[in-house]
Amino acid sequence: MSGSPLTGSLFALLAWLAIAALSLLSGRDAWFARRLAFPLGALAGLALAAFGLQAAWAPVEQMTLPLGLPDLPFHLRLDGLAGFFLTLLGAVAAGVTVYANGYFRDETSARLTLISLQYHVFLASMALVILADDAYLFMVAWETMALSSYFLVTTDHRLPAIRSAGFLYLLIAHLGAIAILLCFGVMHGGQGDYTFNALRAAELTPFWATAAFLLAFFGFGAKAGMIPLHVWLPEAHPAAPTPVSALMSGIMLKTAIYGMVRVIYDLIGGVRWEWGLLVLAVGAGTTLFGVLYALMQHDLKRLLAYHSVENIGIILLGLGMSMVFVGFGQTAAGALGLIAALYHTLNHAVFKALLFLGAGSILRLRGLRDLNDMGGLIRTMPNTAFYFLVGALAISALPPLNGFVSEWLTFQTALQAPLLQHGVVRSLLPLFAATLALAGALTAMCFVKVYGIAFLGQVRAPRHPVHAPAAGAGHDCGGAERIGMAWLAAGCFVLGLFPAAFLLTLNRICVALLGGGVPVSALESSWLWLVPTSAAQASYSPVIFLAVIVAVTGLTFLLVRRFYHGRVRYSHPWDCGYPEQTARMQDTADAFGQPIRHVFGPLYLMKRHMPAPDDPAPRYSLRIEDRHWYLLYLPVARLAEFVSAKIGLLQRGRISIYLLYSFLTLIGLLVFVR
Amino acid sequence: MTTATGIAFQLLQSVFVVLAAPLLLGWVNQCRAWLQNRSAPSLLLPYYTLAKLFHKDAVIAHDASPLFRLTPYVLFGCMWLAAGIVPVLATDLPFAPAADIIALVGVFALARVFAALAAMDIGTSFGGLGARREMLIGFLAEPAMLMTLFTAAFISGSTQLTTIVETLAHREFAIYPSLAFAAVAFGMVLLAENARIPIDNPATHLELTMLHEAMILEYSARHLALIEWAVAIKLFAYMTIGFALFAPWGIAAAGDWGTLPLAVAALALKLALAGAALALVETVLAKMRLFLAPEFLSSAFLLAVLGMLIHFLVQG
Repeated sequence: MSGSPLTGSLFALLAWLAIAALSLLSGRDAWFARRLAFPLGALAGLALAAFGLQAAWAPVEQMTLPLGLPDLPFHLRLDGLAGFFLTLLGAVAAGVTVYANGYFRDETSARLTLISLQYHVFLASMALVILADDAYLFMVAWETMALSSYFLVTTDHRLPAIRSAGFLYLLIAHLGAIAILLCFGVMHGGQGDYTFNALRAAELTPFWATAAFLLAFFGFGAKAGMIPLHVWLPEAHPAAPTPVSALMSGIMLKTAIYGMVRVIYDLIGGVRWEWGLLVLAVGAGTTLFGVLYALMQHDLKRLLAYHSVENIGIILLGLGMSMVFVGFGQTAAGALGLIAALYHTLNHAVFKALLFLGAGSILRLRGLRDLNDMGGLIRTMPNTAFYFLVGALAISALPPLNGFVSEWLTFQTALQAPLLQHGVVRSLLPLFAATLALAGALTAMCFVKVYGIAFLGQVRAPRHPVHAPAAGAGHDCGGAERIGMAWLAAGCFVLGLFPAAFLLTLNRICVALLGGGVPVSALESSWLWLVPTSAAQASYSPVIFLAVIVAVTGLTFLLVRRFYHGRVRYSHPWDCGYPEQTARMQDTADAFGQPIRHVFGPLYLMKRHMPAPDDPAPRYSLRIEDRHWYLLYLPVARLAEFVSAKIGLLQRGRISIYLLYSFLTLIGLLVFVR
Repeated sequence: MTTATGIAFQLLQSVFVVLAAPLLLGWVNQCRAWLQNRSAPSLLLPYYTLAKLFHKDAVIAHDASPLFRLTPYVLFGCMWLAAGIVPVLATDLPFAPAADIIALVGVFALARVFAALAAMDIGTSFGGLGARREMLIGFLAEPAMLMTLFTAAFISGSTQLTTIVETLAHREFAIYPSLAFAAVAFGMVLLAENARIPIDNPATHLELTMLHEAMILEYSARHLALIEWAVAIKLFAYMTIGFALFAPWGIAAAGDWGTLPLAVAALALKLALAGAALALVETVLAKMRLFLAPEFLSSAFLLAVLGMLIHFLVQG
């Protein structure tokens, strides 16, 4: 037993729980939570990542814990897929947790104790979701995850806006959970028990298989934030303390992807291509919607939340393509799509966590979250600025960083379309790839906006800071924050430069799930080259790419210096000779999004207030609202209110009336049953 | 595949492209002057301008960040990389597999993002305006470009530019209607991406009309020279990508050094024709209003998609 990845992961999980318990016990000054809890939590994360990586190459392990209800013990299982997600969880959590140690430095002891408790329970529950091998344990862990993150989101529960954000999150989380529960019920089919082995073995008719798929897609989609179930994301992420936003966006959304892959590919099995088309359509909508709304935001954390919606859409695109290919019996292309989706899952976890941490540093040290109040931060926060730039380039899918690799793999999957027999589906696939291209370019625009407005340009005078900058805080982030961000930024580089090694690992998962992987010729290439099918078809070498750019850039620099000079004069900005330049004359976040509002106008619900010409104190205001609220949520809420008001009529508050109800019910039953 | 002569040729070709690129710009300017009944400047004028700029002292705004000074070198590096990947004279390029057509689009996107960031660095009103407009054109052009490239990739079954050229150049002569659509779309994207009329006017500093020029207003001397040079290489690279996809004849096959002079002659002829065509387009058309650009580029996108669908239809 000793040394096996499953035991190791279990110990790491228990370590998180122990840290949570110890934080609670650590006394009035919370010295444990303040000094040791987060560094130890990060170590546990690293250990979990290592065990997960080991598990990806080890044979499948199973274990039954003597816990839970009588006759319903907890089953655990660690296979390649679970190992991959454990690696993601551990590695990203390690970076975020180190950062959290610095971020929560100024919290009061009482709050810090609670945060540390909930934070580590949250981490442990996510690990348990991944390890669970029966529906019962899965749901317990899933609910623990939802509840612990709910309490983390409502850390500042004294603010009404944060309470309502938390409530919305909890509501949608439970809608999803009900669907997942029903999905397990459908798969169970009234026979055997609720272990995943039994669910796997159950034979479903096509109708019930599709029902199970739809329930799983809805349930996990609610957690992942696909449209139209995304509305909790842009509310909950800004409400939570930043390291928690990073965990939720980076990792928690990914447990939903894990659930989708586990249930659809593994438990239901027999993937149909029609399912893939549904996933593709929802994925394309989610991608475009997420990025277009992100472009309209000026609250940095809200903007990042909308980008999480977009990236979930990109993952769904990869997954959908994979399902279409698998449905048509093209296992190799299906494996490529699954690899692309899983790789993007990992990449998004790394760069989105990094971006949230950067946003958190600005929030903590400057008290700012509105882009229109920021400006010129690169000069006062050079470290944060550098790490944020890495994250911004990665999420914009620019080579040679990691975001590009997974988008490249998704494009390559779409280019396998001629393999399909079905003419319509074949020509649809490249169109979904075009959606991805559009979204990628729009993301680049959005992050040019974020980076240009927050970090570059001149310092703007803040109009409404969220809070005063933390007392005694330096200009730039401290050591712990820097280590956390450097770890994740290094991840962006490693995942971007050496994807071939990860391709091998992911291919093993595909072989286990689909019974086949990408062609052998692809795997025989060296670590330098990324070759999804064959070298003649496509290849990409990020290391050579980066080396050439660095070499050529350096060579140019040396040549210019050698043959000319490096003389520089400093002066005022030129700006076509306009003499008066103030910081207010720079583009704001809203101004930067103006062309998008113009091009995609009908998609937005704009509420614009134009001041009258004779207004002595003119104020222009613009609000962009989510159409889903008006088209879907508010009608449903009104319907629920209407129905409950009608049912409420029954409630009279007089005991005789209630006795009458009981009497009538009994009469009715007697008549009915007879 | 990787031979010493291959690497030597690779280096030679990229240096050749970098050195020859301003000549193409000079040729386009000359043709345009003739068409507009002006007396034409020297063919070598771009070189003189570059030399002049390199000799001057750089003037930089007080609060420029390191990003501002780094960007011209990054732009130049990106374009140099692009020049090394595109098969201009021969397909024997050992480094070309390092980046396929999707990565090539990525290189251009990387350069665009850096240019836009540098434009916003000083914090002037024009910089932000230029960055915003450039990114607008970028996100419209990029999907159209990818669809065009995908059409070629579907025909040749590869996203490697060298493989595409080899397949397309040595096929039996047949008319591909899908390629015709793709070619028109590519031409439109080329105009937009290289900041030419009707999307942008490289010769204007009028605030309502400029896109690319607004971004580089704060640059001077050697930094400006590098950016202008990168712009020339970009135009050269786009034109040679177009030749590679739609007129690949004359490019020397791998290891076939004898046909190299022929390849140079073919390239010179094609560039001369394409440059003259570009000058003609720029003379005949007027610059569009900025918000007509989305229509222009979405029709390019639809043409590319049509091309691709036709390919699937014809293939059955």
